[in-house]
Amino acid sequence: MGLSCGCVCWKWGSPLRRWRPDGGLAGFSKLLSTAALAPQICIVGSGPAGFYTAQHLLKHHQLAQVDIYEKLPVPFGLVRFGVAPDHPEVKNVINTFTQTARSDRCSFYGNVTIGKDVMVEELEQAYHAVVLSYGAEDNRILGIPGENLSGVYSARAFVGWYNGLPENRDLKPDLSSETAVVLGQGNVALDVARILLSPLDTLRKTDITEGSLAAIACSRVKRVWLVGRRGPLQVAFTIKELREMINLPGTRPLLDSADFTGLGDAIKDVPRPRKRLTELMVKSALETPGEREAGRWASATKEWGLKFRRSPLEVLPAADGKQARGVRLAVTRLEGSGESARAVPTGEMEELECGLVLSSIGYRSLPLDPSVPFDPKLGIIPNSLGRVQGVPGLYCSGWVKRGPTGVIITTMNDSFDTAQSVLEDLQSGVLNLSDTKEGFKSLRSVLHSRGVHPVTFSDWEKIDAAEVARGKLAGKPREKIVDLQEMLQLIGH
Amino acid sequence: PPSSLPSPTVAPDRVTVHFINRDGETLTTTAKEGESLLEVVVNQNLSIDGFGACEGTLACSTCHLIFEENVFQKLDAITDEEMDMLDLAYGLTDTSRLGCQVCVKKAMDGLTVQVPMEVADLRKGLEVGKQSK
Repeated sequence: MGLSCGCVCWKWGSPLRRWRPDGGLAGFSKLLSTAALAPQICIVGSGPAGFYTAQHLLKHHQLAQVDIYEKLPVPFGLVRFGVAPDHPEVKNVINTFTQTARSDRCSFYGNVTIGKDVMVEELEQAYHAVVLSYGAEDNRILGIPGENLSGVYSARAFVGWYNGLPENRDLKPDLSSETAVVLGQGNVALDVARILLSPLDTLRKTDITEGSLAAIACSRVKRVWLVGRRGPLQVAFTIKELREMINLPGTRPLLDSADFTGLGDAIKDVPRPRKRLTELMVKSALETPGEREAGRWASATKEWGLKFRRSPLEVLPAADGKQARGVRLAVTRLEGSGESARAVPTGEMEELECGLVLSSIGYRSLPLDPSVPFDPKLGIIPNSLGRVQGVPGLYCSGWVKRGPTGVIITTMNDSFDTAQSVLEDLQSGVLNLSDTKEGFKSLRSVLHSRGVHPVTFSDWEKIDAAEVARGKLAGKPREKIVDLQEMLQLIGH
Repeated sequence: PPSSLPSPTVAPDRVTVHFINRDGETLTTTAKEGESLLEVVVNQNLSIDGFGACEGTLACSTCHLIFEENVFQKLDAITDEEMDMLDLAYGLTDTSRLGCQVCVKKAMDGLTVQVPMEVADLRKGLEVGKQSK
């Protein structure tokens, strides 16, 4: 046994060395009860955080039983419902998660809502350790007048809509106007812009839902502005996604050269990632395009652009008072530089005409259960290295631990970190294994009495097979089932 | 006997590669010429946590490896697509590459690569550099 940096490998000695059968039944039943020495660990949430935490625990502890709970009947969280349909490679992590779910010491229990069907305190009674990995299901609000007008949606809901998240199924976004404004300049903002402007033939071959594909086919949106409060040096999107947008067939970029002149000097000494990202924007804005690109831009029927130093003040209503017709923006200037630059109003204002407003200013976690500490200002569960403050035996990983930013690798590292804390606490005795816990066994009957029927991983695999089969008929990787009842009926619930 | 005789336990068409894992342990294995370093890790079932999440499709940076300077210089040129993903890797160095884009060659026999430390190992309260989704 050794605790080395980054990896705990903790093996029990052979059970035979600890429990010597005395020849009678009593001795053998003691042998069988070594199962009681297996840590019972519960994970709430089956997205990347939940699965990477489970993976690390199972790999580095030879006896741990890990149960993953999920409120939906289907697993994988944002990998299924957040990653854009035209980014299937990013979803390859589902393969490794599937392997984890199928392993002997792992069980998946879908269709169980923690905080409603069963409380965290009940989980703590059933398990030695409970890890909260339930992510960020809500979004930050703008807090400006007109935010609730028709035609205004959070990017989170729009992404949920085209990705088949059941709760966003009936969004019916209004795509009847020519111009859309996305507030925010992160990768989610680029995703929604790209899905709005992509050639239909591209979208048709993805796992975008049938319903949203039909709506986008009737869309009149030709122009998407991505509006940010700060400048080009503060954009939050990354270079691969920007490159994709610049090269999007049938579109041309609208970049104001005034925003980019002189930026070359400002980035001389910044780290390579920011430098290359800025150089790509500068090149697209200031350099004469090559022949092929010039031809593409000339024949483009759709366009997208970046507007900087504009902060939303109000969504303006149309004559009927119900529909969005534009956004009033405050012109800002920057104080400070780099990542910590602040946008300060100049007093000047502008109006930008549009019929569709998507706010893409961040996801937000919600408190789960009164017994779990939650910081509403930061939107996270207060913790130290994944150990929830003041609650021994309770841990957290992923966005609910750190905040809702980062790509899958960020969450992966973070989840390994939390798993590490659990493993350390198992080894040091902070988590007391002689305190027998029964895991799911002790919850089964109470869930049943509450009318809750968990969906197993092999149930999910039936839903998965049905989606893939339906998709095949349409030339898509899958046709997602967007109705909860339909999912449950398919598996005989 | 001449010291240049190949080890009898390594087949002549296989290349020896050493991976220095995050915990300092060296994992030594052999690879077929033309295999990417990600394929080596997968095919040889090496115990490197979270390696190759996107399965070699340039959609993540989890196969990030650090090379020795002289070896790094001789690798095939890096593409923009690889650099775009490498830019998001933790602990990026001047001799970093993505393992899924580097293919083993005979001349690399005895190659040693370092698996970079994750954020998890920089635990003394260092603030994680923010990367937006």
